[in-house]
Amino acid sequence: MSRFVFLTFNGLSFGAVYAAVALALVLIWRTTRILNFAQGAMAMATSYVALTVTQHTHSYWLGFAAALVAGFFIGGIVERVAFRRAEHAPHLNTIVIGVGLLILMQAIAGMLYGQANRDFPPAFSTTTYKAGGTALFSNEDIFTVLSVLGLMAVLGVLLTKTPTGLRMRASAFAPEVARLLGVRVARLLTLGWALAAVAGALAGMLVIPTGLGLYPGAMDGVFVLGFTGAVVGGLESPVGAVIGGVLTGLALSYASGYIGSDITQLAALVLLVAVLLVRPNGLISRSAARRV
Amino acid sequence: MNAAVGALWRSTLFRHLLLTLVGAALLVLLTQQVSTFHDYELAEVGAFVCVTAGLTVLTGLNGQISLGHAALMAVGGYTVALLQQQFSDQGTTGIWVLPLSLVGGVVVTGATGAAVGVAAARLRGPYLAGATLALGVALPSLTSRFSGTFKGDQGLSVPFDPPPSQLGDTFPVERWQAWIALSAALCVLFLLANLNRSAIGRHFRAVRDDEIAAQLAGLSVARTQVLAFTVSAAAAGLGGGVYAVYLQTASPGSFSLALSLTLLSAVVIGGLGSLTGAVWGSLIVVFLGSVLQSWVDKLGLSPTSAQKLHDNLPNAVYGLLLIVAMLAVPGGIQSVLRRLARFLPLPRRSAPPPRSPAPAAQ
Repeated sequence: MSRFVFLTFNGLSFGAVYAAVALALVLIWRTTRILNFAQGAMAMATSYVALTVTQHTHSYWLGFAAALVAGFFIGGIVERVAFRRAEHAPHLNTIVIGVGLLILMQAIAGMLYGQANRDFPPAFSTTTYKAGGTALFSNEDIFTVLSVLGLMAVLGVLLTKTPTGLRMRASAFAPEVARLLGVRVARLLTLGWALAAVAGALAGMLVIPTGLGLYPGAMDGVFVLGFTGAVVGGLESPVGAVIGGVLTGLALSYASGYIGSDITQLAALVLLVAVLLVRPNGLISRSAARRV
Repeated sequence: MNAAVGALWRSTLFRHLLLTLVGAALLVLLTQQVSTFHDYELAEVGAFVCVTAGLTVLTGLNGQISLGHAALMAVGGYTVALLQQQFSDQGTTGIWVLPLSLVGGVVVTGATGAAVGVAAARLRGPYLAGATLALGVALPSLTSRFSGTFKGDQGLSVPFDPPPSQLGDTFPVERWQAWIALSAALCVLFLLANLNRSAIGRHFRAVRDDEIAAQLAGLSVARTQVLAFTVSAAAAGLGGGVYAVYLQTASPGSFSLALSLTLLSAVVIGGLGSLTGAVWGSLIVVFLGSVLQSWVDKLGLSPTSAQKLHDNLPNAVYGLLLIVAMLAVPGGIQSVLRRLARFLPLPRRSAPPPRSPAPAAQ
């Protein structure tokens, strides 16, 4: 029982990270029908920015802020330079562009920092609180969950309560009409990519200190888990992405806790394929149209 | 007499057989002229051509994308390693031993590919890409899960017989590896080129271009896609087998996600949908890489930064080429060459009949 409780908290903490990655993917997918395969690599790049800033300023929080700011700019630049030109291209082309960016960013990180695994500090203590011999959660876990909740709240308010959010939704769902009404559709799409990359950057900052370490390929596995979360949630709604991410985190935490930690990625593959074959629109989606 | 030659030349099978034999003869001459280091590189090219040709069939001809082909290579490589170890433990030697193991690798990988293909046939575009990526990331972890058989991160060694004594005592093992890998590549190219020109190849393309139209024409879309995945996996299995022979080990590190992505780069840079493009792409990822690396080594940087640049510069170039190719020349090198060939005063075959009748007045 105590193991179950610990694995649940552990799963919630990791699930929050996968939710952030899933959120990043869904924000872009539902507006542009592009699945950004470079999302993980972008989060890896922003984490290196954070590492460098922290090393120079000796302040974790400056590095943290730098990662989010860098994410904002990388997301915007990636959209403007690469994906903008392939906006209406077939899926194959946008997937390959994403893969190209992934290879390029990992290579650049490797050229600058080498392949070695860098230690990356957590924001808070990772010592778990205990209640009667049952390990519960650490301050870092609380921070992880709270910061993802905070990100969701900010994005939710931005998208639903502000004029900019209204324009963003208009550009996503009725680009022609929005353009006629004077909305700068292209600029708002770029903003969407930038915000998605901020979500990804946050995920990187939260997951890399959990024993993963920072190296050019660090986010490959996390990207797959975030994608799994997004698919579980149906790839369509941001709320679904968050729920899907948390469910994925819980499922994988139980799988790796009870079977073995080396099967996390295998369990993700099984979960992903099972969901895609049985409920291609995700576990919580109501629409029935075939998209997969 | 002339008519007989003409009829023979029009036979696709004969033409491809002739091209394969000419290619084999040229490669035998080439491998004997170059240094053992270049022979070793040619062995890598051979292994890559097997996989990229298969990937061309899958992605270029059938429109399914795979970001996890290195995992299928790993299935072939590990099967070959296990079989070769069995043979070596029993003391069985002979010229047929390695081909038998390679066929075993092809069969096992083809079966794996069929199983993956059944799932893949229900997935489209980004979903399929994500699922194959998950496969590519997950499969290497099986080697640590079953470390008794697969020996974890360390991997398995691949013993194979030295070059036959008829070739002379000084025949370098690198040249032997090149011969093994290049024969496998020629076999794959010959078979897939014929497949491409057959009814099955047309079915592949029909499903790629318009699934609903293919279905209306009586094709089973799912069955065609599973077949394409099986064929592609079998080629990847052979490629993985000769890659393991080339490396003399099969380990999770040698079949990483990076390899999957490099192979996809080769296919896209060479020219999606053309087997010749797959050859160009494989040559580029092997030789451009080593040219860049020797250029880095001449720069005289400090050892650590030279090492970083040496390891990563080729990938940076492939990544950049991939993006540029997709945005500017989606047909890759092969389309550029075709465009150039139009300016050459070469005798050309009569223009093929137009693909589709001229659109009726709309």
